[in-house]
Order: sequence, then C-alpha cells, then structure tokens
Amino acid sequence: MAATELAPAPPSGSVIARAPRERTSAWPLIDRIGYYMCWAVGIGLCLIALAIVLFMFVKGISYLRPSLLLHSPAPSVVQSQSGGFLDPIEGTLLVAAIGTVLAAPLGVAIAAWLSEYRRPAWLARAVESAIEIISGAPSVVLALFGLLIFAQSFLGFLSQRAATGAVYGRSFFAAGAVMSVLALPLIVSSAREGFAQLPDRLREASYALGRTRATTIRRVLLPAIRPDIATGTALGMGRIVGDTAIITILLGAGLTIQPVGHTPVSSLLRGTGPTLTSYVYENSPAGEGLAPQKAYAAAFVLLLIVLALNAFVTWLTNRGAQPRERGRAYRLLRFEWIPWTR
Amino acid sequence: MDPMMPPPVRRIAVDRDPYVAPAQPAGNGHAPAAAPSTRLRAARPIAAQVRERMRIESLWLAYGENWVVRDVSLPVRQGEVLAMIGASGSGKTTLLRSLNRLTEITTGAARSGRITLDGTDIHELEVNELRRHVTMVFQQPNPFPMSIFDNVAYALAERPGRGGRRRRRSAEIERAVTDALHRAGLYDEVAGDLDRSALRLSGGQQQRLCIARALAAEPEVLLLDEPCSALDPISTATIEELIVSLRESVAIVIVTHNLQQAFRVADHVAFMHLGELVEYGTSEQVFDRPAMQRTRDYISGAFG
Amino acid sequence: MLGALAVAVLVLIGAMLVTVLIKAWPSFSHNGLSWFGPGGDVDTQIRAMAESKPLPGHSLYYFRGWPLIWGTLLTTVLAVLIALVVSMLAAIFLTEFAPPAVRRVLDPVIRLLAGVPSVIYGLIGILVIARYIDNHWISNARRASVNYVVQLNGNDVMTATLILTLMILPIMVAITASALASVPGAWREGSLALGVNRWRTVWRVSLRTARPAIAAATVLATARALGEAVMLAMVSGGRGFAPNLLDGVTALFEPVRPLAATIFQNHEGLTIPVLAHTIYAMAAVLLVSAGMLSFAAWFAKQRFNRYGIRA
Repeated sequence: MAATELAPAPPSGSVIARAPRERTSAWPLIDRIGYYMCWAVGIGLCLIALAIVLFMFVKGISYLRPSLLLHSPAPSVVQSQSGGFLDPIEGTLLVAAIGTVLAAPLGVAIAAWLSEYRRPAWLARAVESAIEIISGAPSVVLALFGLLIFAQSFLGFLSQRAATGAVYGRSFFAAGAVMSVLALPLIVSSAREGFAQLPDRLREASYALGRTRATTIRRVLLPAIRPDIATGTALGMGRIVGDTAIITILLGAGLTIQPVGHTPVSSLLRGTGPTLTSYVYENSPAGEGLAPQKAYAAAFVLLLIVLALNAFVTWLTNRGAQPRERGRAYRLLRFEWIPWTR
Repeated sequence: MDPMMPPPVRRIAVDRDPYVAPAQPAGNGHAPAAAPSTRLRAARPIAAQVRERMRIESLWLAYGENWVVRDVSLPVRQGEVLAMIGASGSGKTTLLRSLNRLTEITTGAARSGRITLDGTDIHELEVNELRRHVTMVFQQPNPFPMSIFDNVAYALAERPGRGGRRRRRSAEIERAVTDALHRAGLYDEVAGDLDRSALRLSGGQQQRLCIARALAAEPEVLLLDEPCSALDPISTATIEELIVSLRESVAIVIVTHNLQQAFRVADHVAFMHLGELVEYGTSEQVFDRPAMQRTRDYISGAFG
Repeated sequence: MLGALAVAVLVLIGAMLVTVLIKAWPSFSHNGLSWFGPGGDVDTQIRAMAESKPLPGHSLYYFRGWPLIWGTLLTTVLAVLIALVVSMLAAIFLTEFAPPAVRRVLDPVIRLLAGVPSVIYGLIGILVIARYIDNHWISNARRASVNYVVQLNGNDVMTATLILTLMILPIMVAITASALASVPGAWREGSLALGVNRWRTVWRVSLRTARPAIAAATVLATARALGEAVMLAMVSGGRGFAPNLLDGVTALFEPVRPLAATIFQNHEGLTIPVLAHTIYAMAAVLLVSAGMLSFAAWFAKQRFNRYGIRA
C-alpha cells in the first residue's frame, strides 16, 4: 500500500476540544434531586471527616505537651497537672505487638492452606465460615470468651493468681491473644487475595522443578505475597489499636503498667496496664472523667497512630500489584480492608 | 482476511448475473433482475421512499493527538441501509458512535464539523433526547439482567405517551413491546413467556432482543456496530433479513468488516481508510466498479 | 500440618459458641421466654444480682431484658436504615458523578472514617454531639414532659444512632461502590445509548445488579452495629431504659443501652456467678442474632440469583 497523503488538519477555529457535558439541568426533577443528593452526601462525608480530624487535632494540640508522652501516669487528685501517658502508649504497642506476632503466622498459614490445599472440601468451607463468624463477632463477646479461657486454673501462669487461688485471668498476654483473634480475619483475607492473584505459572514452574507443595509455598509464593501480608498485618494492627472492649475486660483499668513477678519478659506479659484506648475511656466522662484534657491528648495520639497505619496501607497498595483491569472507576477503588473472606 | 477464504467480490462476480439494476430512489417499483446468488437482493422490493434523516458534514474527530476521522461527509437516509466498511482503525466505528454522541463518554475527544438530524445539529439537542431518536445495537449482545419484557420496555418510560401524557399506561407499554418484538422478528419465539430472564436466550435471540429494545423507542435512525460478528451463520442470516426488512421504517447504518455481509444487506456503501472517506456510492458501484485504487485493493483482499 | 492448624481454629470457634451457650443456659432456664420480655427496671435487677440480694418475690436470676433488646433494635435498625440510603447515594457519587479529583479525596476519607477507633467516636459524641443536642434540641418543655420517668441529657437514641450510622457507613459505601464499579460496562453503555440518563442508568441497571452486594453490605453493617459496645456505652445514656414510642419525637431523646454496651458496662460482674450467667445470656443473644443475619444474607443472595445477577 503506497503511502498516500492524508488530508491536513481541519480549518482552525472550528475545532471543539471539549465535548459538552451531559446537561443535568435537562433531566427530570426527580433525577436532578437524586443527583444533587449524591453530591451533597459525597461532599458531606468529606466535610465530616475533615471536621473530626480538625477537631481532634485542635483539641489534642492544645493539651498535648511533650512531657505527657514521656511520663507515666501518676495518681493524683489534680489529674490535669500530673503525669503523662507513657504507660498507655507502651501498653498499646505491647498489645499490638503480641496480637500481631500471634496472628500473622497463623493467618498466613490458614490462608496458605485455604488457597493451596483445601482438602477436605467440607473442612475448607467450615474454616471459611468460622473466619467469617469471627470477623462478624462483637469484640465484647470475644473478650468474654477470652476471659473464660484465661481464668482457667491451668492457664494461671499467663496471668496472676489471687491469694484464694482464683486465677485473675487478665494480663497483657491474654489481651494480646484475644486481639490476635480479632486481627486474624483481616490477615487471612489479605493473604488469600495475594495467593489468588499469583499466576499459576509460578506454581507450575516450581512443581516442574520437582519441589513439593510445602516448599513451593515457603520459598516461592510467600515471598511473592509479602506486600499483601504486610497490608493485612497493618490492617489487623489498626483494628487492634482501636479496640477498647477487649482491653477493658482483659486488662482492667489501671493507670500504670504493673508487671507480675520478676522475670523480665514474662512479668510484662503476665502483668496488666493501660492502653491508649482504655486510658481515653477512663478519662472521659464515661469513665472516671477527671481529666478530659488528657483524654483529648491521648485520643489525638491514638488517632495519629491509626492515620499512620492507614497511610502505610495506602502506600503499600499503591505501590504493589497492578490494578486489575476492570474499568476506570474500579482502579480508584481498592477496599481491601473490608473484613470479608471468599 | 482468512487466507482459506477467497476474496469476496471475485467469487460473487463469478456467480452473479452481469446486469443488476441499481437501487433507484422514489418512483421505481420494479424489482431488479433476479440472479441466483443475489437472492437476498432480488427478494426485497425497492423502498418506496427514501428520505434523508441525518447528514454528516466535514466531520473531523480526534482522540488525543490523532485525527481518527478526517473530513467525512455522508448522508444517512431512511429507506436504505448504509454500510461502512474498512479495515480496523479506519475510523468507521468512531464515526458510527459519533452519530449518537457516544464518543462523548470518553474524555479527550475533539471534533470539528457538523452532524444534523432532520436539519438540527445534534450537538444542540439534549443528548438523551438525541439517543432516543438515534439508537444503537452493539457488537456483543448486551441484554440487561431483567426479563425480556422489561428489557424491551426499558427505554419506553422515557418517552411521553400518545396524547401528550407524561407517563405511558401499561397497556400502551405492552403494545409497544409486542410491536417491537414483532418488528425484530423475535415475538414468535418468546411470546410464551415474556417474563423469562433475558440472559437465558441464545446469542442470536439476545441480539434480536437488543434490536427490539432499540426499536421500542421508535427511533428515526438505527446504528448497528458489527451486530453479527459474535453470532453463528444462521443467526447472522436471520438478522440480515431483519435489517433489510427494517430499512423502510428506520434509517439504518451498519458497520461491518465482513464484505459479504455488506454486499448482502447494503444499499449504499462507504469505504473508509485511515479516517478518510475514500469512496461512497451504491453497493454495485463500490463493489463492481470501484473508482479508487484503494477501494479496489481492499475489496480484492490486498489488505484487511 | 497446616490442616491441623485450620482444624484448631475451627475447634476454637466452635468451643466459643458452645461455651457461651452453656454458660448462658441457667439464666434462660430460670426466666424462660420472659427473659426477652418487659418487667421492671433492668438496672435494678442487675444490681440485685450483683449484691446477691434477690428482689422480693423473685429468684436471684430474675431478669427481664426487653429494655436492652428494644434499645438494641431501635439504634441498630435506625442506623442501618439511614446508612443504607446514605451509602447508596455515596457509592453512586463515588462511581458515577464524582470528578477524578474528588474521587481521589473520597477514597482515603472513607478509609479514615472506618479506621477511627470507637472510643474516639465516643469521645466526640459525649463531649460535642451530646452536649449540642442537650443544649439546642431538647427544650425544657420536652424535658418536663418525661421528667417523671427519666432525666434527659444529650446521651440518647439520637446521638447514638447518628454516630453509629457514621461508623457503619464506610463498610457499606465501600462494598456498594465496589459492586457498582464491577457492573459490566456493556450494560452501562447500552443503557446510555438508549437515551437513559446517567442517574436512571445507575438506578435501574447498576444498582439492580449490585443488589446482592448491597444485601451483603447491610448484613456486615448490622453485625458491626450489633457488636458496637464502647461507643454506645459512652454515648447512649447508660441506663437500661426502653424509650417509649408513644412519647413521639421525644422518644428519640431518651436514653437507651443496647446489649453490647450493657455487657461492656457490667463486665466487672463476671466474677459473680448469677450475674455472669446473665451476661453470658446477653452475649448468646448477640451471637445468635449475628448468626441469623448471616443466614438471612445467604437467603437474599439466593433470591437475587434468579435473573442471572452475579452475586
């Protein structure tokens, strides 16, 4: 086909670059009302979120002093002058650490079993249902159950015993363990998404080289889904950090961290103490209510931690796997934190 | 083009009778001389009346930096079928989609030139109003996940009923639905249960349902974007007959990359290449006596 | 080995369900079905159990949980209904009408709203919303009209419902928007090509296709609302009071205390056997409700599969 000359550009000045947008003013009234309501809701949500963040920011900054972060709470009549919330911060970090350390390996293992093995099939379905039940269960109920378990005498080593021999049942370890149950569904669903998105040729290549399924998972698949595991763990941590019910029930309402016994690590695990959430609760009008300013400051720190975790998750998902080709709108919506499993 | 399949026109040229009367506009009531392989052509009478519905004047269309349609001018007439043929990327689909302003869904489209419907510039009409007068059937049948009845009645709620009522009564809607199904040749096959899910129909039936759905709003112009490319030959034949039978009541524009199909159904043919309208004429002119070398090359299969 | 882990989790969950039911049984067996009925002040009954001093004429297990159940129903149903409407509008906005810049802002906004801990919602609720409602929306006349029964402050059904709606919105918006975006483009394009405007296209085609997802979202949101203990404990009034609908609009300003919040507030009573059984009974009610919700969702999905809508 010989190249032929194509017609030159159209007469300048006649080009209309922007297609006219569909004139919603021409729609019937009902449709227009719906359209405006959609806009109102959308903008309203943004404004509400902005209001919450700004309010906590303003209140928090006004009451937050660096000394608060560095000092332990001190019981005192004039609460607003004394002590900080170093202990609650430590408590939050401790519980989050325990919960994540327990949940992550278990969650990844379950996800690997559900994706790669799935035998027998009825067991797989049962496990999926169980995970769904956990993700929907109220955290108070989980806390009750946890208390029941840890109050058994054979588990007394995980908390402390009262003089009468009754097991106290409350400790950092107990709280962390129940928190891990809370974070489990998030890790499982993230990891399963990761496994599902891996192309089959990865597995086939490994099997073709004579590797067993277990080795394949350990050395090929798990490294490949590291971002998904990280996402799930971050989501789980976010949920752990924000929970109050389990903390209050399984850690009591003390002001400072009280280790039990004298061995370095286990005394901490067996001990009790506050976390940021229980601290905020206790200082709010619903608790002791003596120092709302402290409550605001602690709540602000808590919010910052949650925002940081959120930002981390967003960064992870943005830099991770290719967005699935499902259309313009879908690419902008990636709601992996929805607690549902397949 | 499939190398196993002979180029179309040569095969047809061998079989057909050398004389075929061209499709004449108003006044000519004769059927053209019958030729065995042109059974489809001989069987149908010439449309009693051909009137111009849409006119494309010096249309240029661009996505981003490239002009996809270059200086195209065409009439679209009721009473005849206009086929747009050309290789992939020739701009024929874009041109088709600009006729009902579907190109506006993608951002970044620029245009120059004019398209008029019954004398009115379509860009001055309200877009949804336009799309009720100029409807479209797509390549992949896309019936909605509703019953057959609801699918055909889908667009009916938009148009005010007879006598200026704002809403149509259900008897009116039912009549319109059955009319549309009749026109699409689907009524006999589905009359038994119109509440069945439309997704249960076969591919050919689904496409006819889409045609019925497009016809239910009684449009002036019907656009067909390669409607048979996803269908088997029997369904294709049914739909081609349908298209020919519809041309009297509705102006039809069909985009196809199947030259045999274009020959079977079209009255006028527009051949496009790289966005330009290379040749436009009656189908006899374009297929038998193409004026441009590029048209000759395309039809003989030199490129595709 | 991995299979064993999975079985372990399964056993754990099963054990949780069974234990809660077993522990709850004494409370149910002593009260029968009237456990769910009205009959006196819940707080008095709980206090009686805590102090081991049975109320005159009743056993120590005496408990009539209707105010708690009514409070749970009221707040949950109201919150879910409002959230349903608002989340549909928000999801439509997110997928159809929002310009790309606004969409980029809304996505993190929704994640943020989902991630805010409930204690912070409770703090804002108690210190801001409740106070505002107390000062501006509850007039003295209203206060006087129910003064003989209950004191009104800002901690009431309305505050609780508003914040609960905000808490369950993100889940519903996310799932609905995800479902709307997954509707095949061919349907949307086909509808637009027939001259149906974008609003009606979304309403009649996309939302219809997304119905199973909306059902699933509603179930998840209801489960979340049922289980919310801390925020409601802070904000809803702390009294086991059953708002009287006959009071009209004032009923919205009366205090409640849903089941989960009651469990939370009385958790210290777990050391007392009788009270523990009652608390476990409440937990059992919550668990069974969550189970019934899942079943309802599964049932709804089956119905929507009729027209070939993908679930």
